[in-house]
Amino acid sequence: MKMKLSSKIYTGIIFAFLFAPIVILLIFSFNESKSLSVFSVFSLKWYKELMNDRNTLETVRNTLVLATCATAISTVMGTAAALGIDRLRSRWYRAAMNTVTDIPMTNPDIITGISLMLMFVFVGRLFGASNSLSFWTMLIAHVTFCLPYVILQVLPKLQQMDKALPEAAMDLGCTPMQAFFKVELPEMLPGIITGAIMAFTLSLDDFVISYFTSGNGFETLPIRIYSMTKKTVTPKMYALATIIFFVTMSLLLISNLVDNHDSRKLRKRKKSQDRQTSSGLS
Amino acid sequence: MNKKFVRLILALMMLAGICLTGCGNSDTLTLNVYNWGEYISDGSEDSFDTIREFENWYQETYGTKVNVNYSTYASNEDMYSKISSGAVSYDVIIPSDYMIARMASEGMLLPLNYENIPNYQHIDASFKGLYYDADNQYSVPYAYGIVGVIYNANVVDAADVGDWDLMWNEKYAGSILQYNNSRDAFGTAMYKLGLDVNSHDKAVWNTAYEELMHQKPLVGSYVMDEIYNKMESGEAAIGSYYAGDYFTMRDVQAPDVDLQFYYPERTNFYIDAMCIPSCTQNKELAEIFINYMLSEEAAVANAEFTNYASPNKLVYTNEGYMADMGADAMKILYPEMDNFSERYNQFAYRNMDAEMLDHLNTLWENLKIN
Repeated sequence: MKMKLSSKIYTGIIFAFLFAPIVILLIFSFNESKSLSVFSVFSLKWYKELMNDRNTLETVRNTLVLATCATAISTVMGTAAALGIDRLRSRWYRAAMNTVTDIPMTNPDIITGISLMLMFVFVGRLFGASNSLSFWTMLIAHVTFCLPYVILQVLPKLQQMDKALPEAAMDLGCTPMQAFFKVELPEMLPGIITGAIMAFTLSLDDFVISYFTSGNGFETLPIRIYSMTKKTVTPKMYALATIIFFVTMSLLLISNLVDNHDSRKLRKRKKSQDRQTSSGLS
Repeated sequence: MNKKFVRLILALMMLAGICLTGCGNSDTLTLNVYNWGEYISDGSEDSFDTIREFENWYQETYGTKVNVNYSTYASNEDMYSKISSGAVSYDVIIPSDYMIARMASEGMLLPLNYENIPNYQHIDASFKGLYYDADNQYSVPYAYGIVGVIYNANVVDAADVGDWDLMWNEKYAGSILQYNNSRDAFGTAMYKLGLDVNSHDKAVWNTAYEELMHQKPLVGSYVMDEIYNKMESGEAAIGSYYAGDYFTMRDVQAPDVDLQFYYPERTNFYIDAMCIPSCTQNKELAEIFINYMLSEEAAVANAEFTNYASPNKLVYTNEGYMADMGADAMKILYPEMDNFSERYNQFAYRNMDAEMLDHLNTLWENLKIN
């Protein structure tokens, strides 16, 4: 595909805006000095510092644990919810359910955060707890805002699926359970995986909601970085951001490869199906 | 593919489970500390790891394990809203002076039992009985700072240096930095004119506003933390900030930049002090922690880490500390001042009532828009 010069420039500008900040961060993570303006000597000093920083590493661990748990729970719950919504008979009821599950997604984070905090404090008071916020409240909050994204990814896959397929499977002797695991789940899987990845990234970098629902002793990385802004953010954080960038980058690459692989398989299957039907006709 | 995915999820969940069960032991005491970000020596760059050392020291001395939960905040207001929400309990907090006054008046702080804090005797007398805690009931000073003017000596003529006038000098139009924060920006103008920074008279604030309007064409930009990069790189030549932060900038300045520092005649002071909020669950342990923070080893390490001045005699008379900081830094961080307490009570920012704050914000918005 050939591009006109103007489109090349346009694409170039877009990519520059998207990636220049990351490139700058990457370069300065290898800077020997603390300054953001003067690059002195190439060094791995800040990576070493990062590895020795117990507190930061603990917040990284916290963030990952939280994101993993939130992803696992919201993926399972979201898939179940999508199945339920898909099976609703009444069109009006289905539309209502869709709107209700979308609300946490369209609601501003700050409102979700504050309202969740108020609820946790209120319930905590009812039970007489002085420390109502903890890891668990954060987990509930994260599941809450991840859930609609999972539903949004899984539901279309279910709607695209031929409803006759699971019925055919059961006709041929599958139990409903088997029909679900052997027919419906594989159809939904690409949606589930995309939903899980979205939930994971959302949970990983959420600041606003985490900020309001975090208790003492469980601090996530975004909160820690934010509290550093009073003084300067140390280059250790650039090093950490670089590492996180490359990890997410490779995760995305893997998921894209899987996707490609799947769609190629699908195309192949379709082609052979077409050939069969056409030969059957002649 | 399907099975692999399920296996992956299960493995991740198990991993999460293992990580979570790691903590939580009923014999262990818990201490929740809430402090500013980057405000304690944390073991990075081979420094003293205050929190871990405290945990070890406590176990050796008292035979009980203590687990310190350390969280951080970015501003007094963040900390205040978190605690006043009633959602979490902290045992030790380190607010600034005006916030201590506010929290004490709202009954959010507990009076300290100084029998558990014998090291309080090492705090210099100038830091006792200040306006925010006149009876020394609630707070133990941790660090303090005085605002000064930072300038690039390669750009600014020595003859122009002195008092706040440098920040209004037309010769350096475009390379002057002003605070992007109403209170601090108005403060510079009010100190320059000799006005009361805690005035209850709107006319006084209006005068300061006029002065800032005169300065506006000369200001390169209104900044907060960006001041570090702008001064270090030489992009700006004049700005005002805390003495401790000046050292942070000077350490990494570009080769053609020579940052210098001086105190104007009238200027802002701040003190951050350790307090125990009323939501504490182990007051005695909190007091033991505060006492530990005042011990020579911990206090010196923290002062070296933060670059801010310490009110603790054990710190500024410590020879290793003096040698590490250097004679010129010691002179800047600990300026000779006979009547520190008086000057502090006169010049430090205090809480403003809602009406004045409103007026200030209106003036500030006008300044930024016009």
